[in-house]
Amino acid sequence: MFALKLKESSPVWVFYCFRFFCTLLIVVVNNYAMLTADIISTVEFNHSGELLATGDKGGRVVIFQQEPESKNQAQCRGEYNVYSTFQSHEPEFDYLKSLEIEEKINKIRWLPQKNAAQFLLSTNDKTIKLWKISERDKRAEGYNLKEEDGRYRDPNSVTTLRVPVLRPMDLMVEASPRRVFANAHTYHINSISVNSDHETYLSADDLRINLWHLEITDRSFNIVDIKPANMEELTEVITAAEFHPNQCNTFVYSSSKGTIRLCDMRASALCDRHTKLFEEPEDPNNRSFFSEIISSISDVKFSHSGRYMMTRDYLSVKVWDLNMETRPVETYQVHEYLRSKLCSLYENDCIFDKFECCWNGNDSVVMTGSYNNFFRMFDRGYRQDMTFEASRENSKPQSVLKPRKVSTGGKRKKDEISVDSLDFNKKILHTAWHPLDNIIAVATINNLYIFENKMN
Amino acid sequence: MFTKGTKRKFSDPGEEPASSGDPGPAAPSAAARTLSSSYSLQRQSLLDMSLIKLQLCHMLVEPNLCRSVLIANTVRQIQEEMTQDGTWHIMTQALAAAQCPADRLVATEVLCRQTDAAAQAGQSPKPFSVVGLQEGYHSEEVVMEGDVETEVTMSSLSPLSPQLSSASYLTGPFEVGPCWEEEDEEEDHSESSEPSLMSEHSRHPALEELFSDVDPSYYDLDTVLTGTPKMGPYDLLESLSSHGPTALSSSSSCRSDLNELDHIMEIIVGS
Repeated sequence: MFALKLKESSPVWVFYCFRFFCTLLIVVVNNYAMLTADIISTVEFNHSGELLATGDKGGRVVIFQQEPESKNQAQCRGEYNVYSTFQSHEPEFDYLKSLEIEEKINKIRWLPQKNAAQFLLSTNDKTIKLWKISERDKRAEGYNLKEEDGRYRDPNSVTTLRVPVLRPMDLMVEASPRRVFANAHTYHINSISVNSDHETYLSADDLRINLWHLEITDRSFNIVDIKPANMEELTEVITAAEFHPNQCNTFVYSSSKGTIRLCDMRASALCDRHTKLFEEPEDPNNRSFFSEIISSISDVKFSHSGRYMMTRDYLSVKVWDLNMETRPVETYQVHEYLRSKLCSLYENDCIFDKFECCWNGNDSVVMTGSYNNFFRMFDRGYRQDMTFEASRENSKPQSVLKPRKVSTGGKRKKDEISVDSLDFNKKILHTAWHPLDNIIAVATINNLYIFENKMN
Repeated sequence: MFTKGTKRKFSDPGEEPASSGDPGPAAPSAAARTLSSSYSLQRQSLLDMSLIKLQLCHMLVEPNLCRSVLIANTVRQIQEEMTQDGTWHIMTQALAAAQCPADRLVATEVLCRQTDAAAQAGQSPKPFSVVGLQEGYHSEEVVMEGDVETEVTMSSLSPLSPQLSSASYLTGPFEVGPCWEEEDEEEDHSESSEPSLMSEHSRHPALEELFSDVDPSYYDLDTVLTGTPKMGPYDLLESLSSHGPTALSSSSSCRSDLNELDHIMEIIVGS
């Protein structure tokens, strides 16, 4: 198992300091003889933070587990090692439409733990699956009718009876599909969200949102349908949806026009009429042909408290107070220097990149990705923002992550990067923050980086 | 009308003028406004780029609906602005002049097709009219029938380009093709097709007049979006841009109208 241990060292920064302790997916792949590190398409911590799941373009799910804290390095949290790998989705062919259905995992969401086993939902464009991940560390020995290798014994040869005993064995982690929720989405699923009642969940595609019960796979309720009667009149699609963390009747969904609708399922069976509509009026000074595209929301996340929600559009992260619909309470510019490059970003399709965003455990910091393998953090309380780079060169063991800066003015200072040298093929779309600790998981195209924060 | 009010920024000098950032000349008043030629060049180039992207959407195995919708909205926006400008009319007239030689191009294109199974698989999806697995075909049907009726009627309005209109007649029904034919015995089509035709006309009355002598289905954005390329990307580039066809279009043009080939085969076979 390849992992890097940390030692204590003095921080460079006063406020936030990142030590590097990391399991690179590509290295883990080598150890486990997988063919290639595929493009990572989703990253998600479970509710305790002990497990970290990643999904990739090849339909595989890889789960990392945090080792228990070692005694001699009390302040050093355990490292993450591969816990389980399984093929969640296979490529399919829709014969009716002559379309291939990609096996790429779009989203993974963990269920809260109820017993010894772990459960997660994983989805591709069309089908959601509930997976059970369980451990087996004991094996029964001494069957009466079976040999140890599994062959059946001749009953005539049995002269005595014995009680089988459980003997310890090497830990085996098994993943088995428990439910398959299929055939409910005409369009591509972009979001799944488990309800706080732990019994239902929603799945959203471009035009519809369905409500499922975790036990029932052959039907779902359609709760939002924005498909126009005449498809030629289609101008807006659903881009993300999420249940409220505490109120099981409330969910939000975002659109390609930059609006967020909050719906209350108690109001009506079909939540086409929103309870609240969050929309910021357009800034007339920044109006261009690309205004609508860059206002399209790529991700929406409730804060852990349930009081706020965060949205990510192409250039910014916005924090909204659920009690105020007219404008966000905070706006953070992720990479404003790209505003003058929108035409070329439109040409190379980068303008359609869907960046995700995440909250830290106590909702004081928000994080999102950018280009050139940069990721950005915004501290809401201290009003500070930081840029870091996830790359092998910059992430040596026992090193502190150096903050990066993109030079926007005329003169480029030392260590700054000019906008023209940014690599737009290196993008961080998926990030996740440990729910309790300051540990973050950042996915570049092919690699997963796990960083830990050491506060003094 | 034009509330852009922003000065155009040239903050990326490394790029060609046509692809720089925000196109938006300062426009104090409509009377005093004159569209600078570079702004209209930029806008035109953006329109061309967007239309190519939309055409390419049809080529992909799994078109991304969000992306298609956003590009389509951008095209609509440009289209509206150009209509208000009066430049839309000028452009379509220029296109009409270029129509006749383009007819032959369409005919040749129909003949030289690759029968690539994968490409054929890519033909069926239109960005929006995706048939549901568990829902009935009903709503999609209305859309498709609207397309058919629209194209048939409009092609009868364009006497100058009979070859093109016949090509559009060929493409029209096929795009609807298999699903529509399957549902033939189940639905009464005539009723539902008329209302959609009416709505088509009422939505763009000015545009219909402008396009009466031009194959209107190309510039009817809705028709473009529902995946009925009347002209292949080759023709699009030929007529719109001064750059001529690029390598991109030549590869996609072979894949673009397999639907037409199939439909022609059906007619020949007489099914």
